[in-house]
Amino acid sequence: MGVAGQREIVASPATPTDVVGLGRLRAVGFVAPALALVGIFLIFPALWTLYIGATNFRLTGASARSPAFVGLANLQRALTDDTFYRSLWLTLVFVLGSAVIGQNGLGFTLAWAMRDVHRWVKRTLEALVLLAWILPSSVVAFLWIAMLDRDGGTVNELLGRTPGVAWLIQYPMAGIVIFNIWRGTAFSMMLYSAALSSVPPSHLETARLVGATGAQTLRDVVFPHIRRYTLSNTLLITLWTFNDFTPFLLTAGGPNHRSEIIAAYIYNTAIVGGDMGYSGAISLLVLLINLLMALVYLRAARVRRRAA
Amino acid sequence: MHRSIAKRRVVERTRLVAALAGLLVATAATAGCLGKDSGNDSGKNANAKEFSLTIAANAISGGKNAAGADWIEKWVIPHFIDDQKAKGKTAKVSFQPSGANDEDYKSKVALDLRSGSGADIYAIDGIWVGEFADAGYIKPLEDIVGADKVTPWEGWGQIPPSVQGNMSYNGKRYGVPAGTDGRVIYFNKKLFGQAGLATDWQPKSWDEILTTAQTLKAKLPGVTPIQLNAGTAMGEATTMQGALPLLVGAGQQIYADGKWQGNTQAVRDVLSVYERIYKGGLGDPVLQQDAKGRDKSFQAFAAGKIAILLEGDYFWRSVVEPTKGVAKMADRNETVGYAKIPAMRPGGGIRNQDFVSMSGGGGNVLNPNSKYPQQAWELLAFMNSKDATIAQLAGNARITQRQDVNNQVLSGDPMLSFVSTQVLPLTAYRPGFAVYPQVSQALQQATLDVVSGKSPADAAATYQKTVEGLVGGAGKVASG
Amino acid sequence: MTAFIRRILFYVVLGVGTVFFMLPMLWLLSAPFDDPPTYAVRAPRHFSLHNFAEISHNRYAVSSLLNSTLLAFGTMALVVVAAALAAYALSRARVPGRDALLYVLLLLSSVVTGTAAMVPIFLLIFQLGLIDSHVGVVLVLSGGLLPAAIFLLKDFIDTIPRSYEESARVFGASPLQILRQIVVPVARPGLATIAVWTVVQVWGSFLTPFILLRNPDKQPAAVLVRTFYTEGGSPNLGLIAAFSLIYSIPVVLMYLLAWSRYGFRFHGGIKS
Repeated sequence: MGVAGQREIVASPATPTDVVGLGRLRAVGFVAPALALVGIFLIFPALWTLYIGATNFRLTGASARSPAFVGLANLQRALTDDTFYRSLWLTLVFVLGSAVIGQNGLGFTLAWAMRDVHRWVKRTLEALVLLAWILPSSVVAFLWIAMLDRDGGTVNELLGRTPGVAWLIQYPMAGIVIFNIWRGTAFSMMLYSAALSSVPPSHLETARLVGATGAQTLRDVVFPHIRRYTLSNTLLITLWTFNDFTPFLLTAGGPNHRSEIIAAYIYNTAIVGGDMGYSGAISLLVLLINLLMALVYLRAARVRRRAA
Repeated sequence: MHRSIAKRRVVERTRLVAALAGLLVATAATAGCLGKDSGNDSGKNANAKEFSLTIAANAISGGKNAAGADWIEKWVIPHFIDDQKAKGKTAKVSFQPSGANDEDYKSKVALDLRSGSGADIYAIDGIWVGEFADAGYIKPLEDIVGADKVTPWEGWGQIPPSVQGNMSYNGKRYGVPAGTDGRVIYFNKKLFGQAGLATDWQPKSWDEILTTAQTLKAKLPGVTPIQLNAGTAMGEATTMQGALPLLVGAGQQIYADGKWQGNTQAVRDVLSVYERIYKGGLGDPVLQQDAKGRDKSFQAFAAGKIAILLEGDYFWRSVVEPTKGVAKMADRNETVGYAKIPAMRPGGGIRNQDFVSMSGGGGNVLNPNSKYPQQAWELLAFMNSKDATIAQLAGNARITQRQDVNNQVLSGDPMLSFVSTQVLPLTAYRPGFAVYPQVSQALQQATLDVVSGKSPADAAATYQKTVEGLVGGAGKVASG
Repeated sequence: MTAFIRRILFYVVLGVGTVFFMLPMLWLLSAPFDDPPTYAVRAPRHFSLHNFAEISHNRYAVSSLLNSTLLAFGTMALVVVAAALAAYALSRARVPGRDALLYVLLLLSSVVTGTAAMVPIFLLIFQLGLIDSHVGVVLVLSGGLLPAAIFLLKDFIDTIPRSYEESARVFGASPLQILRQIVVPVARPGLATIAVWTVVQVWGSFLTPFILLRNPDKQPAAVLVRTFYTEGGSPNLGLIAAFSLIYSIPVVLMYLLAWSRYGFRFHGGIKS
């Protein structure tokens, strides 16, 4: 991993002038291919999905032949449906536990701890963490099923328990939270490694000389430099975790819906239940919730910056 | 991400919202093609000298249901091509395998049929027929091919009407069934012997099963006396190998006389059995909630850890089968006993039967948009001819759709002839309505509620509410 | 003394972390060579290549890996090029509402990559006549991945100083030349990272190719891996273990290559 040099030059995020002479027309030309792809293969189907959310369309059955426009009925149904709220609550627990606290915390800790360890140790640990992130999801899901299996799983073997604990059945949420920390910490770790290298070593040196404790150094020297990274990291991993489907491969949302986070809920509604209209409406709600969370983050960031 | 000038933000946001709204309108207009219907012409390309057909199934060589895939590729296709060549026609037939779970496969088939394209022949589950037909994805065979061609087929005479019903809807045949099955109670004779129980067991009532389970529990610590499929994790297996065999044993079909079973005495009786098994320590409630619980119950039965299991003949043929099964039992023929499923009490089953069972099975349907409907039907009939059906068995016994084949092959397997002669006459089929899979899910949820601690009365009340919402009101649900 | 204990403690924690990350992956190294494998990580009881021999008999195994490669690299090329162009323009030019726009796109991408959008995606690709074609899959996957790729790359390019470009401009270089000869070399670690990220995403994606492709000879490995379950749904451990290993190797190699050549990171800062 290339560690950035002595000093990072952060361009001010809002430089208004067109310094490189791109020109509006050329800028549009540069953006056009991406915009075309995104427009046709993302925006269009996404809006279509949201439109389906206003119909009673099902994949099979009579309402597949002639779907009717039902307006806000699906939304109303979702908002009065306990299973939706349960799923939403589980998702929040999942996001908060595995991403906001778990991946963020562990990612930062690893990045911070590995600044001054032996190069060899650093490389090994980094490689492992990244491997967990790179392996295909069906493979990692299977690895964890093998780890946590009730009879003969590695964890139960290590604990010497027969009959073993059915981890994913007795503690399904804890199971997928830990799994997702394992799975996704790499991204935060990489981001914080880069961010930490933007902290001027002279500042750290000064903190050491004046005898600041580790916590003080983190708070007063390190954090101000990496706040921007923390923000976009948290935003991204929140969004990804919120919509992550991989836990479904471990628990299928069970037992008895106890780990049915939103992505699993939508799968069970759309594919297993065939209820496309309802799942479209759920997608809209998820979109709005994600938007709301983003606004909360942005607001928090602004307040903190003003306070700083 | 963060810009400080608030006013500009507002302007930008408004502009964005306007743009999105515009797109939404455009989408709505385009999405009008969500529902469509097309007519068809049974006579098209009837005399083509050259034609191409495709068969699709959820089977794949080297993986899921490999035998079925190999049969299509190595027997059906070459033989059919030869057959056509003899008639002076050039056929090109290809196979489109899949190896996914049933839900994903079903979605894919539904999307293919919806778009008016896809394979000419699809293998689907019998319980999908109603919802596919209602959606207009499939049509009665006589509409696609013409009654003059379909009705005279010799195969119908060999396929019992009840089995034909599995691929029919509203009294019309939508496809040709590809066999059927029956459910029985399996038990481990060795464990029964160790517990001092008779090994030629045939329980006559639910109480007798539960008493036997109590004995097993007392005599054989470490062995789960009985495992009865419950919960949503195993999907339709819960309904077919659990709730429905019990329900018919309590004297009720899930749908009869225009009404679905709701919070009825029969449903509560069924749920009480779950309560007695899983709260009484006779079954393993944790196993039942495992996403792979059914497979684990197979492994546990094969390992002598479960004494009694309610399963279909699939269990005998493909699970504990001594050489190729997924949970092989080398001593299957000596160790695995089987008995008919008793009604709640003698004479208490549907049609006042003493014993009951449930049957299902899949089949093949024609794509209404096939370019060569006549030839597709010819291929479908060919796939269900006596020779093809025998070839499909490849020496392994299985209850096929055809009586002539069954008479010939089942005599070699006492268990399957038992099912064919003793169980199938007692059996019942699921209703072919589009809403059935959802009712089934509600029933699975009710069993799960009981396994996880709810009382049968509460679970049945919740179930009633769900079913009312599904089938359109309390008027279509029996209760009380 | 306390410093010493703290050091020890530090390495203990690091050790626990290493075990935590390594333990699940060990199965991938042991189980494929065991016959029959179990769920537990253990040294193979009966070392055997039987599982690999059986995979080699599966006639879709090789083609599925080639298809995965084709889909992954097709999508990668499209995403990297389109995202680099767009991210550069968004970073350097004033585009009104660009941050809000990017975020809305990110949000929409999470809708489309979910299962709820299956029907629209299928019908759209069907109307375009791209069913059963790798192109259709590549386009759909690219559309879903682009917003995040642009978002990440733009952050990366934001941290590259403009002074280089300004001086190049003084010497009369065109924007495309500046992009190719100055920005791309400097942004290489970011581009490599996005490339690996894209490949990883495509490599694991199941539902889109499964729905959009019909011919099994065109299906990628992510779809094939699902077929190693029996009709009853129980996994064939030996085949799954062996194929999982084979299936994972290409992405791991690609990541190692990118890592050793360009470094691997999401955020900028340039070596000075």
